[in-house]
Amino acid sequence: MMTTAPIISVTGGDDPGPTSLAGSRRPGEMVVMLLLRVAAFVSVAVTVGIVIALVGPALNFFQQVPVSDFLFGTTWRPNFAPTEYGALPLVAGTLMTTLVGMIVAIPFGLGAAMYLSEYASPRVRRVLKPVLELLAGIPSVVYGFFALQFITPTLLRAWLGVEVGFTNALAAGIVLGVMIIPTIASLSEDAMSAVPDALRQGSLAMGANRMQTTLRVVFPAAISGIAAAIVLGISRGVGETMIVALAAGSQPNLSPDVREGMQTMTGYIANTAGGENIVGSVSYNTLFAVGLLLFMITLVINMISIVLVRRIREVY
Amino acid sequence: MAATVVAPQVLSTSKRGHDSSAGSLLFLAALWLSLAMAIVFLMTLVVTTAVDGAGRFDSALITEYGSKLTPDTTGLRAALLGTLWLMLTTALLAIPIGIAAAVYLEEFADNTRWYNRLVELNLQNLAAIPSVIYGMLAVGIVALVGIQRTGIILVGAVALGLLILPVIIITTREAVRAVPREIREGSLALGATPLQTTWRQVLPSAIPGIATGTIIALSRAIGEAAPLLIVGVAVTVRFDPTGIMSAFTAMPIQIFNWTSESREEFKVAAAAAIIVLLGMVLLLNGLAIFIRNKFQRRW
Repeated sequence: MMTTAPIISVTGGDDPGPTSLAGSRRPGEMVVMLLLRVAAFVSVAVTVGIVIALVGPALNFFQQVPVSDFLFGTTWRPNFAPTEYGALPLVAGTLMTTLVGMIVAIPFGLGAAMYLSEYASPRVRRVLKPVLELLAGIPSVVYGFFALQFITPTLLRAWLGVEVGFTNALAAGIVLGVMIIPTIASLSEDAMSAVPDALRQGSLAMGANRMQTTLRVVFPAAISGIAAAIVLGISRGVGETMIVALAAGSQPNLSPDVREGMQTMTGYIANTAGGENIVGSVSYNTLFAVGLLLFMITLVINMISIVLVRRIREVY
Repeated sequence: MAATVVAPQVLSTSKRGHDSSAGSLLFLAALWLSLAMAIVFLMTLVVTTAVDGAGRFDSALITEYGSKLTPDTTGLRAALLGTLWLMLTTALLAIPIGIAAAVYLEEFADNTRWYNRLVELNLQNLAAIPSVIYGMLAVGIVALVGIQRTGIILVGAVALGLLILPVIIITTREAVRAVPREIREGSLALGATPLQTTWRQVLPSAIPGIATGTIIALSRAIGEAAPLLIVGVAVTVRFDPTGIMSAFTAMPIQIFNWTSESREEFKVAAAAAIIVLLGMVLLLNGLAIFIRNKFQRRW
């Protein structure tokens, strides 16, 4: 197989000896190359498409609601007269659930990453990494169900005795955090594994033990990769929809008390999209205005993460 | 790569020294706890959900349509078939485009050109965009084309296909990159054109890696509810899907709807449906791991 294929092409080719790789010009291949190139630019078209799809209806929305009211207003009441479209309560809901999530995900994710990168033998790592991947593979609607059926009634109310509502930001945030653990763990582990062994050996030779080496040498050396992992985790948390739609609640709420129900940006989108939305109606446009805000926020977060990753590449 | 494999053994010889101080042991225990927490959480989730759904592991769960009137025998028939149709359509849309894009970027693109760098940056960003946004994109595309009903398999597949496209491209590129240069150079030296080399040597060698990445991407898509919610999938579907223009419901949507119901019977059905969905996800992941271990070559 490996040898026959090129031989056929040699006998079938009319060009005796292309010197450069671009030397042989065949019309069929030009077409294939063009198709490959088009496929690669589909991904750019997707981004452009997202912007167009969001901006169009959002512009209609902002013709009726001033941008400043939307961004800085403190009351979100789109369905009842007098309608108000201040998105701050939704942003606050997203902020609170993500914050709780990161409080769970950062220590556990980094702990898992440090163990896998610095302590685990290759065999242990081969067993544990798929378990983490499995945690990442669980559908978010399942996490939402679990938050509603177990975390709130059993863990928070019965075991820990926390007075929480039926839906609350705390339970949603905790489950969100667990969902993000694999993201942070696997990317931070990559960053720490990329730290050259010479640094570890130098540290150990100077008399540091493994804990000191991990915390004072490997961790600082991998910090930009770890920061990128955390930033990406935040982006996941901001964009996660089903967990917050089920477990965080559907009342817009500016309160910082995570025991209360809160609606997030994604939660609003999911709850509203479930109903009837005629294209061009105010509720339809509102949906896309919130979507645009969400897209802009995650875009900024993703760019920070990408810049941070670039920085480790430059160092090693 | 080789260096990181060697490292733990080198380091473990120093373990007996002063790694057994109280602080060090506490630190190690904390690291252990992090991993243990993840595993305990996973087990609790599966076990409590299985217990919740124990009453509904019957044949009606698979053979009956979803019903608001008879919660005791409400079933997943439409959701299972819908998910099957949806996954097939998604795969047909996303896999060819994803592989073609990856091959172009890895084998032919000149990385010094600004537009190719733009594609790279764009891919990294797309992979981290919230999935709801993809639902909005699909609705936008459909409005542009002029299809009236959006809650059909084709629109759902467009949303999910675009969602997993970056994942497929990124994993395929890794698989293609792992094929050693010698194979390409050998092929080129024997007179094959670059495209023949890609098609007959590089891609066949990279297939296990591509298959693994693609299956994992599909296992992500199978549990995605958010984009389908935006697309506007019907709440109760009491017929089998007949084609890509057919209205449908899917497993994660059915679970979401049942979870949102207040009656207890629906929660039980939701728990049982979750176990079925987790089984499907596990099956796909298992298949991916099997392919990776069985066929993946290391050069």
